[in-house]
Amino acid sequence: MKLKVKYFGLIAEFVGASEQSVIAKGLSVQDLRHQLETEYPKLKTITYQIAVNQKITSDQYLFNDGDELALLPPFAGG
Amino acid sequence: MRYDRHITIPEIGIQGQQKLLDARILMIGAGGLGCAALQYLAAAGVGTIGIIDGDLIDESNLQRQILYATDDIGKQKVDVAKERLCALNPDLTVDVYAEYFTAENAQSIVTQYDIVIDGTDNFSTRYLVNDVCVKCYKPFIYGAVHKFQGQVSVFNFENGPTYRCLFPQPVQQGQIPNCTDLGVLGVLPGIIGSFQAAEAIKLILRIGQPLSGKLKVLDLLTNTEQIIEFTPNQEEVMKAREMSLSKSNSDANCSTVKGVNANEMMSWIENRIEINFLDVREPHETPKLQHSNVICMPLGQLPNLHSQIPSNRSLVVVCQHGIRSQQAIEFLLTQKFPNNLINLEGGMAAFSAIEFTT
Repeated sequence: MKLKVKYFGLIAEFVGASEQSVIAKGLSVQDLRHQLETEYPKLKTITYQIAVNQKITSDQYLFNDGDELALLPPFAGG
Repeated sequence: MRYDRHITIPEIGIQGQQKLLDARILMIGAGGLGCAALQYLAAAGVGTIGIIDGDLIDESNLQRQILYATDDIGKQKVDVAKERLCALNPDLTVDVYAEYFTAENAQSIVTQYDIVIDGTDNFSTRYLVNDVCVKCYKPFIYGAVHKFQGQVSVFNFENGPTYRCLFPQPVQQGQIPNCTDLGVLGVLPGIIGSFQAAEAIKLILRIGQPLSGKLKVLDLLTNTEQIIEFTPNQEEVMKAREMSLSKSNSDANCSTVKGVNANEMMSWIENRIEINFLDVREPHETPKLQHSNVICMPLGQLPNLHSQIPSNRSLVVVCQHGIRSQQAIEFLLTQKFPNNLINLEGGMAAFSAIEFTT
């Protein structure tokens, strides 16, 4: 499954890119979390939400080819 | 005359302007977001504006906090803000609270206003703002910035989702750094604060579609904007409604005394999170903490020398076992140390144990 993944805030710095094309090894958002956290272990140190096609979804969401994901951490600054 | 350009717009008119003059808005934090939002709200004629912030103006604020001038350095932010806003629009009532927003004062202040704007700079206060607004049934407008990116949303509006519905997991202080630690393009809080003011005005006038259930994410570098949708999570709403405010504050560990364990501190150092360290042990005690931002000051010398401790970043206080550092934090709290204080739990004994095993 080929996905387009956008990274925001500190996550873009951890990954070293603001956007990537990712081949998902698993089926669900949960699987992708594991996949990305294995590749970029620093992701495990922060809290973030995943949106699929501009909607925050549960970790159980099953991907469709071409889904667009966004990894969003909360920002603290004011 | 003053409000002609509002009254001319059919969606506002004389009635709409009267709604603005009758409105009561609370701005929590008079920093980068607050400085922008406050000026537009005052200019728009929002009749009563409350501002709460315990900070004094620091030179490093002037790059983005545009209510303040060089001569204001060292003055109380809320006092200068009030002076500027009243000069801009003498019709207003501006209530100022020269204190930090805490579990103790939150509810009594929030209940006096219709809408709350969150311009705070740390997660603990953001969860507190959420929980008190949920308890008091007040909508609040969230804004937050990170370097070149900003987020805006409207929470708790007419049974819409809350901050906890979007970010349910409490964020540990230090996990995601704030502006002080990380930097922010000065114009960014101006833009995000202006969006917050616009959302507040829309709520007062009941026009357009508020950003309820929607998170706007802006990136100045790429000129892109995303609108991310999310839905209420009743469990999180109930949690906010039922939790005691002191708990919501400490849950995200907001307040000032926080502990960090050795593993977490190691990850902060590895991730090059910008923090300062204060070692309160005697000079002969080892192992020393190897880091470029360590200041050594034995506990007994703190009362005389504490003003030399840098407060530009969060401060992790360390000793041998985490006991003296706790005492040091308690002392620094009484001195109103102006940044986060974090205790290394288990001290250097625990830290050096993992340092040698990894």
